[in-house]
Amino acid sequence: MTGAADDADDVARAPRIPGPRRAADDHADLTTRPPEASGTETEETEETEEPEVPEVPDLSHNVLKSLLGAWALSACSAGETRAVENHLTACAPCADEALRLRDAVTLLHEDRDLDLDPLLRSRVLENCLGRRPARIPVPDWVTPYDAETARLDALLRDIGESEWHAPVRLKWYEEDRVVRRKATVAGVIGHLFAVDGLVTTALGLDDPLGPDVPELSPTERTEAFWTALDRPPNRSVRGPWRDQSHTLIRTIAFAGRGVADLTVTYKDFALPLQDSLLERAFECWRHADDIATAVAYPYAPPSGPHLHGMIDLAARLLPGALANRRRAGLAGPAKELVAAGAPGRSLHLEVEGAGGGHWYISLDSPAAIGSPERAVAQVAMDGVEFCQLVAGHITPEEAAAGQDGDREAIKDVLSATASLSRL
Amino acid sequence: MGMDTPPRWDRRMQQRLARGEAAALGEFYDRFAALVHSLAHRVLDDDAAADQVTREVFGYVWENPDSYDPKQGNMRSWVAKLAQRQAVHRLRQAEALAYAETGVGSAEELEQKVHRATVAARADYIVTSMPAPLRKALELAYFQRRDYRQTAADLGVTEDEARRRLRLGLQLLSSAHARPLEGSSPPGYGRPL
Repeated sequence: MTGAADDADDVARAPRIPGPRRAADDHADLTTRPPEASGTETEETEETEEPEVPEVPDLSHNVLKSLLGAWALSACSAGETRAVENHLTACAPCADEALRLRDAVTLLHEDRDLDLDPLLRSRVLENCLGRRPARIPVPDWVTPYDAETARLDALLRDIGESEWHAPVRLKWYEEDRVVRRKATVAGVIGHLFAVDGLVTTALGLDDPLGPDVPELSPTERTEAFWTALDRPPNRSVRGPWRDQSHTLIRTIAFAGRGVADLTVTYKDFALPLQDSLLERAFECWRHADDIATAVAYPYAPPSGPHLHGMIDLAARLLPGALANRRRAGLAGPAKELVAAGAPGRSLHLEVEGAGGGHWYISLDSPAAIGSPERAVAQVAMDGVEFCQLVAGHITPEEAAAGQDGDREAIKDVLSATASLSRL
Repeated sequence: MGMDTPPRWDRRMQQRLARGEAAALGEFYDRFAALVHSLAHRVLDDDAAADQVTREVFGYVWENPDSYDPKQGNMRSWVAKLAQRQAVHRLRQAEALAYAETGVGSAEELEQKVHRATVAARADYIVTSMPAPLRKALELAYFQRRDYRQTAADLGVTEDEARRRLRLGLQLLSSAHARPLEGSSPPGYGRPL
């Protein structure tokens, strides 16, 4: 770095002048092109040069030297550019530095972080673990959550500061109608942070909402988090959210086998930890998709196997959701009594595309077993579309499903699917 | 998450990797994958090749976490060096192969190409590692074509300060030309992965 004390020397060494030049003392002739500092002159200066003669300010050596960076970046006024270039013909140290800085400018280029393929992560990690098996592995059932949180985090790394406040339109299905709510990107991360906290506390770790928080539903936890903030959430929520997800994965990895069946309570219902993590992965993806839409970034669905796990979870929850709706009078009465564990009337759910498969949803009782032989209706849907229905992003009516068989069963199952959604 | 990771984080990560924690590997990837991939891409100018280098660098780190020496610098600079060296190694291989097949080119041209790629990758690393105020000023002046007065206004600093930041940022960047790659590597870091 050039110190400030060498100014006198600079002038003394001035005779070593770079490049061709006109008479250095011919200050009056401002209409001629100033001599160029070097052959590395880029087109940018040519373009910014104004046709009319700029007034060349009379600047001290110190100021001229301080302008070299701006000059190299073509970020000074036309007059200053002339003044610097005139100076370069007379001051060798400045001319040397000008050359170096111009060269440095050519090394600048656009960041291309965005192009990192999200699927590369699992390939790289797999390769590592093939070369040296982990002594403390991450259980397979955690990988969807691991992958989805990593994908969302990569998206968040790429968005600008102001985009954290971009409006996000949240939409879900409640009591058979669409509910909407406005949030921001940062608000949505706060939501994920607050609800992931249910898993955190189930693992015996400190609740991110603070000590002595009563048992709350996911929505209530989110409201509690949002209202506790004294200003609108900003990008600073990313760190705590990400740290929590890393801590969850790590804690589960260390906890070993038994932990998969630990119960996570969501106030109105409960899931085993294994399913809860899958549910959190699903929510993470859905909300990452909401965020990506809000900031106009592309965002792909999860990998096939992970999507399959999420669809499978929804399919397993459907008989219970149907029974709840029946009790609330929102679904038709059971058509038959089935003994627990026996095959009962079923709906054949065929999900197409990556992560797809066949599921048989028991219609009359959560205790009965879905069975191909007892299928009374069939619904065929694309995997991502099915997930949109689960998330309440589309209504049962909008779900462009290929349908066949018992109309009432189909309507009840599609409505029950949408009823799985919440904030 | 800031660019400067505290030494404590580095040491702890090294310990966790050494004891074979898969969760640590994931966190390590999340922190450094973009850096490794972009440096490799800058050298090789090819997505598939950059993917491959990423795979190799992380494989190496996972198998040899003990080869990181905190006394030689932070983990980020170690990872950057590994990425750069492996990418240059690949570039040499690819160029040698192309030469064997076509007979076009010379050892001198290869060295020039390697040198250019190395300088470019080092420059990228310098930009991502320089203090944020300098990087911001460069971004405004170069990518958003703001002049230094507008840059000063955007950053809420004096015009003097904006000029200082632009000059200092470019001075740092120009050091990418100065140091030879292998000479800058601490002992023991000099072999391909």
